[in-house]
Amino acid sequence: MSYGQKVNIIDIDYNWTLINYARATDGVYFFTLFKSVIISFITTFLCLLIATPVAFYISFSSVRIKSILLVSILLPLWTNLLIRTYSLIALLRTKGHVNNALENLWESANYFLNLFRLANHNLIGESFTPLSLMHNNFSVILGLVYIYVPFMIIPIYLVLEKIDRNILEASYDLGANHKVTFFKIIMPNISVGIISGIILVFIPCLGSFIIPELLGGADSQMIGNIIERQFKSANDWPFGSALSFILIYITIIILGVRYVYSKLYSRLNQKGVS
Amino acid sequence: MSKRIRHYTPINYTKNNTLKIITFIFLVILYLPIINLIMFSFNDSKRNIVWRGFTSKYYEKLFENEMLFLAFSNSITIAITSTIISTFLGLTTAIALWKFNFYLKKYYDVALLFPIIIPEICMGISMLVFFSYINWPNFQLWPFTLSSIIIAHVSFIFPFVAIIIRARLSMLNNEILEAGLDLGANKYQVIRKIIIPFMSPALVASALLAFTLSLDDFVVTFFTSGPNSVTLPVKIYSMVRFGISPEINAISTLLILIIIICTYFAIRFLSKSNREIIK
Repeated sequence: MSYGQKVNIIDIDYNWTLINYARATDGVYFFTLFKSVIISFITTFLCLLIATPVAFYISFSSVRIKSILLVSILLPLWTNLLIRTYSLIALLRTKGHVNNALENLWESANYFLNLFRLANHNLIGESFTPLSLMHNNFSVILGLVYIYVPFMIIPIYLVLEKIDRNILEASYDLGANHKVTFFKIIMPNISVGIISGIILVFIPCLGSFIIPELLGGADSQMIGNIIERQFKSANDWPFGSALSFILIYITIIILGVRYVYSKLYSRLNQKGVS
Repeated sequence: MSKRIRHYTPINYTKNNTLKIITFIFLVILYLPIINLIMFSFNDSKRNIVWRGFTSKYYEKLFENEMLFLAFSNSITIAITSTIISTFLGLTTAIALWKFNFYLKKYYDVALLFPIIIPEICMGISMLVFFSYINWPNFQLWPFTLSSIIIAHVSFIFPFVAIIIRARLSMLNNEILEAGLDLGANKYQVIRKIIIPFMSPALVASALLAFTLSLDDFVVTFFTSGPNSVTLPVKIYSMVRFGISPEINAISTLLILIIIICTYFAIRFLSKSNREIIK
């Protein structure tokens, strides 16, 4: 389909043209593709930052607490993506709860300033201006991180579980401190988990379209939105298929890199380097 | 000045306060929107900004709304049908991959994982293109209007089922099967009397998983559904695009409830099956 060409509204000519792929590399579309990759990178990085400490905490806590924490992280995974995005809207919109809370904070601060007769100096601004938390890139990234963090926690947790606790104790025994143990023993062992976490977060992020659609504005469209529009409103199926095939190619490339990495990793392990 | 010797208590990251605080804040942020959503479904205010007192009138409204009821019954029908089909397909795939060696098996394995790993939107689009390419008839009669969605759901759900059942099958001792064959059972008796009872917990768990996956799915359904076949998530999406209302909160709460119940039973069955093996 992606090699075909749109002839009129309903007919598509399958003639092995590459014109759709060429169109995907120019101007707006390439920029959007690039931007989606950047947004996904930022999201993945933030997920990694948040997920690592949480995974550590879960992995080292006692059995009972561990199971409670795990279930409480898995439950949001099972609730609908759409519902979770919607629940974020209620918090973030201009008259949402975050802004309400900030407004209350501002008013009480103002009240205290009034007590000390400082209100006329406009120390904290003349009046409260609600932050615009919706319809921008910030909200899209926040939404993506919120939705996809559990995908990062679980693989890191799984590899942390596999590390033999005796090895850590041996490391302390032999005089290494926390930092050295972390970098020399834990890091090499959890790198596999981190990489599968990155893949699990990055790929769905790249293809997501509900979150930018609902939380994002005009300037925060991602490649998923463009694909969706080609099929649902612009009605240019060949171009839409070309774009989604580019996504699939990116996915395959990432998986290939991961495969090569795991091969290298196991070879290094066999030689006893790491 | 004496040099202080620091003792490192072996691996107790739970005593680390920073980690504790980060985890706590994380969980609060993870649940805050959802709890807020559930709470405000009982709110007696149309614009739903401030709390105006408890009411259940939006739930009553839901049951009167015919469109929503239709969407809900569509969703349930799709979920049940695709659960049955994909459990059966997943079971047979798992047995085939476990028992037999065949040409290109390794690549078949990878192909099985493919629907899980590619972005969902690509899956939805490929389904849409596929149905239009083979000229899938546009049924008007009710249960058949859902056929394309059911096929799409089965095609991305059955790999999940196959993976779960295969994990369970790999724990089955091959000698038991041989003993069964030795004692005069034929192939089908072995399947019925040994394999099926052995993996019934995994079967139930994966069926429940398939049910939740199908009920929850939005992206694939969005691309394959027509005007005659609106499901609950698609309906919610079109409502969300018009803005926030307590009715969406109410219907979402109900959906969350159904899914939590299903997941609870799935996890219980899975852990039960694992415990049996440890015994």
